[in-house]
Amino acid sequence: MRLPLPSWMDIFVMPIINILAAFFVAGLIIAAIGENPFRVLAVMVKGAFIYKGALGYTLFYTTNFIFTGLAVAVAFHAMLFNIGGEGQALMGGLGIGFVALGLGGVLPPLLVVMLAVPIAAGFGAAWGSIPGWLQAKRGSHIVITTIMFNFIAASIMVWLLAGMLMAPGQMSPETSRFAEGVHLAQIHHIAGALGIPMARSPLNLSFFIGIAALIGVWVLIWRTRLGYIIRATGHSEKAAIYAGYNPQKTIIITMAISGGLAGLMATNEILGVQGRVVLNFTAGYGFTGIAVALMGRNHPFGILLASLLFGALYQGGAEIDFEFQTITREMVLMIQGLIILFSGALALMFHPMMERFYYYIKSRKGEAPHG
Amino acid sequence: MAELWLQSLLVLDATLRVATPLILCAMAGIFSERAGIIDIALEGKMLLSAFAAASVAALYGAPFLALSTAILTSMLFSLLHGFASITHRGNQVISGLAINILASGLTITLGIALFAQGGQTPYLTAQARFSDITLPFAESARAIPIIGTIYAEVISGHNLLVWLALLAVAVTGFVLYRTSFGLRLRAAGEKPEAVDTAGVSVVRIRYQAVLIAGVLCGIAGAYLSVAHGAGFVREMTAGKGYIALAAMIFGHWRPLPALFACLMFGFLEAIAARLQGVEIIGLGAIPTDLILALPYVLTVILLAGFIGRATPPGAIGQAYIKER
Repeated sequence: MRLPLPSWMDIFVMPIINILAAFFVAGLIIAAIGENPFRVLAVMVKGAFIYKGALGYTLFYTTNFIFTGLAVAVAFHAMLFNIGGEGQALMGGLGIGFVALGLGGVLPPLLVVMLAVPIAAGFGAAWGSIPGWLQAKRGSHIVITTIMFNFIAASIMVWLLAGMLMAPGQMSPETSRFAEGVHLAQIHHIAGALGIPMARSPLNLSFFIGIAALIGVWVLIWRTRLGYIIRATGHSEKAAIYAGYNPQKTIIITMAISGGLAGLMATNEILGVQGRVVLNFTAGYGFTGIAVALMGRNHPFGILLASLLFGALYQGGAEIDFEFQTITREMVLMIQGLIILFSGALALMFHPMMERFYYYIKSRKGEAPHG
Repeated sequence: MAELWLQSLLVLDATLRVATPLILCAMAGIFSERAGIIDIALEGKMLLSAFAAASVAALYGAPFLALSTAILTSMLFSLLHGFASITHRGNQVISGLAINILASGLTITLGIALFAQGGQTPYLTAQARFSDITLPFAESARAIPIIGTIYAEVISGHNLLVWLALLAVAVTGFVLYRTSFGLRLRAAGEKPEAVDTAGVSVVRIRYQAVLIAGVLCGIAGAYLSVAHGAGFVREMTAGKGYIALAAMIFGHWRPLPALFACLMFGFLEAIAARLQGVEIIGLGAIPTDLILALPYVLTVILLAGFIGRATPPGAIGQAYIKER
């Protein structure tokens, strides 16, 4: 018998227990390697928040995870599992490349940037909606098709960046630099112009696009008709049909929105930092989005918190490389795997234990459990 | 002409070498998925076992000990997958994904801690690896045209694990379609209630299936690092587990068609390697990157039902809840 827990326990206590379990196992592995887990934690916290410019880097990574986390979450609301964030973000980057390289010298830089941002979303949306269409109209499983689309996108990128888009006279597979001014301003530059001294970091205006996306998704899912249809389709496709909604259309639209959000991740990396299209700039952030969405319970506020945690993990992980001989930043990947395991696949493992604990405390207070 | 013939034979030889891990993983996937458990962790289990095999081979120089360790490692993570998705009825895709990401991080972290070579294992000497087996009379057969050259170039000169992979296909076919265990396993993936009604435990069968999948992924991993390769390199599976998954789907979750899909995908990879930098007059360089993407494209097209239809096992991805 599974007894219900009060919602505050479900929403706050259970995720924290699952994360602690993941950190506990990670700590055991670190201890087995022969390092002190608490020292590692201290170095990571310092690296993520305390050193000069650290917070900027943490928020820079956070921005990536906000986009990819939201992408996974929106699809989850329609019960679609979008593993294709990597590919959709790559396509977003490609879209930025086309606009920035094609129009960079022709139009004013500001206009190019204003075009490039929606194009990034558009390319991601297109790449996401194809698996959506295949699921809706042809019945192919979205998990498998989005995995395949990641690889196809990666191949297209290699083909283009090592071929027709490769910068002349270059040996590495990347495009030429974008024209002067075609980038999203970095926050420390803006602060500097306003007379506020701030340490250098790659944090740029995409962060605010990310915050806008968080709010936008909240409005979309809980305050609009489309959001209602998405959730209804996710809860019960039959009920959605009975209510007069077309689930096929909903699946395609949801995947387009999801892919568009993943595509926006490219604005942070390509327009914010690189200033050209490079290979593999997604670096697994699309997959991290799954962990972020699971931890954040598919709610924008939860996703913000989870993105901050992962931003801190990535930035703190970079610090590990400097401080330790035997462990490196790849340890963060291990922690990420453990978090997906505990807060995703084993999400309910600690549930019975917490039930017993909760109702034991309750009965001690002399209140009988309801139901 | 003779040169072209030799070149084609070398491509076929390379095809078999490249296809071996795909074949083993595809059979692993068939066992797991025919029992109703989605296994996208083929990639991760193969990576973990490749690392385990290379580490043991580097430390003790014993290939068979390396193979056994690889199999045990892979089975351990199969158990974890089973624990999450069978016992705790967690999402099977998420569990598999977690294992894949965990594998990437864990192999590099442990590799640096053990060998301090940036995540690689030391280069393995011939004694520590499975060496190529030259079949009897291979050299003298070379003189016989066609059949003799095929024997010498394509059939001879493979290591033990290549043969084990081909054997695995026959065994998979036999177990699935000719034994009562296979019948129960397939039933657990199509109609678990029926298995339950017959008084057989669905949970037990599914655990057995994922463990067999673990064994096969373990062999595949050992093949990569101590037979085909000479040591572990970070991320050395490089998506092979996903290609195997595609091959399994392409083969409609059946051993023999999956074998042919693996050989076809292996052939594409072998031919792409040969065509690297080759130019066709008037068309320019052959886009080998796009040839390498063909397995994924073809799988998408097949799944969409444009060339036949691939129907997955009926109860795949669903945890079984026993009726009370």
